[in-house]
Amino acid sequence: MSTEALGLGVELKPKLAPKAKLRLDPKTGKYILLYPEKGLLLNPTGAAILQLCDGERTLSAIIATLAVQFQSDTAVLEREVRGFVQGLLDRGLLQAAP
Amino acid sequence: MTREVRLYTLIAELTYLCPLRCVYCSNPTNLAAHPDRLSTADWLRVFEQAAALGALQLNLSGGEPLLRRDLEELVAGAHALDFYSNLITSGLPLTRERLQRLKAAGLSSVQVSIQDSVPAASDRIAGRESFEQKLDVARWVKELDLPLTLNVVLHRQNLARIAEIIALAERLHVDRLELANTQYLAWALENRGALLPSQAELDAAREIAKSAKERLKGKIEVLFVLPDYYSDRPKACMSGWGQRYLLVSPDGLALPCHLAHTLPGLHFDNVQERSLDEIWHHSAAFAAFRGEAWMPEPCKSCDRREIDYGGCRCQAFHLTGDAAATDPACALSPKHGLIREARAAAQEAPLIPLGLRYREIRR
Repeated sequence: MSTEALGLGVELKPKLAPKAKLRLDPKTGKYILLYPEKGLLLNPTGAAILQLCDGERTLSAIIATLAVQFQSDTAVLEREVRGFVQGLLDRGLLQAAP
Repeated sequence: MTREVRLYTLIAELTYLCPLRCVYCSNPTNLAAHPDRLSTADWLRVFEQAAALGALQLNLSGGEPLLRRDLEELVAGAHALDFYSNLITSGLPLTRERLQRLKAAGLSSVQVSIQDSVPAASDRIAGRESFEQKLDVARWVKELDLPLTLNVVLHRQNLARIAEIIALAERLHVDRLELANTQYLAWALENRGALLPSQAELDAAREIAKSAKERLKGKIEVLFVLPDYYSDRPKACMSGWGQRYLLVSPDGLALPCHLAHTLPGLHFDNVQERSLDEIWHHSAAFAAFRGEAWMPEPCKSCDRREIDYGGCRCQAFHLTGDAAATDPACALSPKHGLIREARAAAQEAPLIPLGLRYREIRR
């Protein structure tokens, strides 16, 4: 699937929105994304993606890093990362850095 | 199948005092029975005990939390415990300097309420002049780079201006917009006749909110909360009694929800006498409506019992006199007629506008 078809450019630099805070939940050992009055429990992939969303790295850099980290197929991983990032952009939990 | 009980959110109602007199205030109507009794040290201990139980979110609420002179200290304490702290405020009384101090103390986000998009109408519902100050506060929050939620409680006197309310939220660059229909408990129940909208008013507003939600996706998170009276299925009140939330009232009662202390026959422990851990795990009041054992029919055999947990215990009590009844907001409740009647009465505007009963301390 092409980048355009999925909407997000590979040069996009995602970063957490000011209202979102990533922290470890000591009770479960999992990462959780907190925002006003809510929280999103993250699976290991989601947590790894968000830890790389620092506003410096591009989407393609994030995908490349994760492909090494998780030893997984880049195409499958790319779909997962794009879906996740798009979902959080729509919810205003991630933003595109300039 | 019962899901794991886990405290996520502590709601600290620091005081019931408030400069506003909103006609739908969710505080109990016997405000005088619950004066401020907790010291700074008490609150800080409660925060610590809540964090140890697993709480990650802290709502600093009231009444008006800004009336606590030690708010900066409480915010700093919450920050040290890594809480996501949310100040839920009317915006009065506040200066830009104090907001700056709260931010420096580690406040995570701010929720400001307005009552309408029109100053006079907003002030009328709030029971005092406050609209312009609220807008100033909203602007300061954004200038100081704090996340801003704008909260607007909806009812028949402002639903028609929902588009203007959304436009105002856009101009203020809010991060979240909570369009929450009034829930008819406490003061709002006393004013139900003047506040409950008609089906047509509600439907029109819902359509506008829905398209705004789509249009503003990624910019403003728009929430539209239906009133129970028009949903036919009850809400999962507090995500289930004693499941996710714990609230501490100004006098130190540990409660499963904002109005639990209005229910008869339950003894709520005071945080000055027992630890939150003991209260959460071992108190009879938290166990009373936790899970499914307490449920009557039609809840007990309903396939939605793990979705709505039987609805709101306070609504059940205040409408039917029985806190263990199915929430009458549910169309399956044998007492749903109470809701249908109230709804029927709301379909036409009264010929003479009904008077509003303002929140007040009745001694």
